[in-house]
Amino acid sequence: MHALDGLAFDIAAGQRVGFLGPNGAGKTTTLKILSGLLHPSSGEVTVAGFRPQARAPAFLKTITLVMGQKQQLLWDLPPAETYAMNRALYDIPRKEADARLGSLVELLDIGDLINKPTRQLSLGERMKCELVAALLHGPKVLFLDEPTIGLDIAMQARIRQFIRDYNEAHGATVLLTSHYMEDVAALCPRVIVIDKGHLIYDGELKELVHRIRPDKRITIRVSTPADPEVLARLPNLVSHTDNQLVLSVPLPRVNEVVRDALASLAAIDLTVEDPPLEEVMRELFASHQQKRQPA
Amino acid sequence: MMRHLMRAYPTLLRIGFAEMVAYRAEFLIWVLTTNMPLVMMGLWTAVAADGPVGRFGQREFVAYYLAILVIRILTSSWMVWELTMDIRQGALAARLLRPLHPLIVYSAEHLAAVPMRMLVISPVAIVLFVVAGPQLAIGDPVRLAILLASCAGAWALLFFTQVLIGSLALFIDSALSVFDIWLGIHSLLSGYLVPLELLPPWVSAVAHRLPFHYCLGLPVEILIGLVDTPSALRGLGLQWLYVGGFFVASNLLWRAGMRRFVAFGA
Repeated sequence: MHALDGLAFDIAAGQRVGFLGPNGAGKTTTLKILSGLLHPSSGEVTVAGFRPQARAPAFLKTITLVMGQKQQLLWDLPPAETYAMNRALYDIPRKEADARLGSLVELLDIGDLINKPTRQLSLGERMKCELVAALLHGPKVLFLDEPTIGLDIAMQARIRQFIRDYNEAHGATVLLTSHYMEDVAALCPRVIVIDKGHLIYDGELKELVHRIRPDKRITIRVSTPADPEVLARLPNLVSHTDNQLVLSVPLPRVNEVVRDALASLAAIDLTVEDPPLEEVMRELFASHQQKRQPA
Repeated sequence: MMRHLMRAYPTLLRIGFAEMVAYRAEFLIWVLTTNMPLVMMGLWTAVAADGPVGRFGQREFVAYYLAILVIRILTSSWMVWELTMDIRQGALAARLLRPLHPLIVYSAEHLAAVPMRMLVISPVAIVLFVVAGPQLAIGDPVRLAILLASCAGAWALLFFTQVLIGSLALFIDSALSVFDIWLGIHSLLSGYLVPLELLPPWVSAVAHRLPFHYCLGLPVEILIGLVDTPSALRGLGLQWLYVGGFFVASNLLWRAGMRRFVAFGA
């Protein structure tokens, strides 16, 4: 039994890649191998030209691993002390560290937090401070394991924007795992999907969605409940309430269905989107499970 | 690497001290609950009321146990608890991702506690000075140097012993039980409960050859002048041999543990 088996991928510098899979798929194991915390029993791993297993100081200065459920901030001291410690540990020249810290603090707007004891900060504030600690040495490769776990929606969006800004400003490579598909949809043009240690998809997120769920999702908000006869005529009604109907429609029929819906319903708003990524992933995993099961 | 270490260590010491200040209440409680030497002092001074026990009269017992308290507070380590907790809770992974060896960082965190300990234990040291001033190894520069070296040796020996036992947590779940056994033997053979020279001669002879005495008893005996300078120097030599031995052993076990850690995780 192998935790990972036949897993092979390349990521070019500067890419943002979502690394997805159900619980126990091997995502964290892969990130630990890529960061040198675990050694594979066979196979080869190269990150930014280094063999992670050697955990050479130059390699460790090139990467960072953020685990949303673990923190490196010193609990009873202000984050500023963790930053001072990391400056010493990573041997960052003071001027460089101060400049980078200033820029990160500004990007995340945490100027008033870094001198408060960490224990007094909220979860979201801590995660922002944690990201600064993880990026103070200017890593070129970011392994982010559930960086938004437990955060509210506004904070998730803030963290996502920050990761995108950092990636664009520094040309850093990002490999992100998250159970929040919005993180992935917003950040990662490419996804690598694994299940039980096996690679099941590596490519563009759009292509994955198109392949698994070619239908479009039409959401119609209505001012009065729809007539049952009209409802019966609507194709692939996914869900409906008095105020909202959701339809799943093949792309070629979208125009026609939208036209009919607008004519027969008291529509006040209408959106056409891809189906939720959660559904796409669920279907992908289910189809992979079926393929693996013997006939 | 060495230059990086020299640049980083002062900052690590400063932050370790700041942490120690943050945990001052817990530290004070620990000091106040380290009362076994005071219990033993009461016991032995009562025994010595009828006459000295060996070389120990009531005054010598008071000096001995106050010195035990001072040296123990100054040199003891919490490394085994920290290391086993970091291994169990996965915090070791974060330490391994830093470009300085985790044991170096741990050592700075622990050394940084010494100034605060000196401050807290200073009232006891003052009482000790009043009780045994003239015989203390602080007036003669040679004896003072030997005392300081033996205190550093005791600290290092305890630190590496705890690294050794703490590293067992990379292999087994019950590393702290192993440490409890070590602590039990240490209490008996280090001089913590009873001065070694009051034990049966064969036990005392064995204890002088084991490492426990060099973790506590040796600096105490040097501090209150129970040993002459040649014996102190011999003891110091053996103590630092043990430090070297435990340094090597703890590093070997750590490396073996790391090989296991990176193969299976923790």
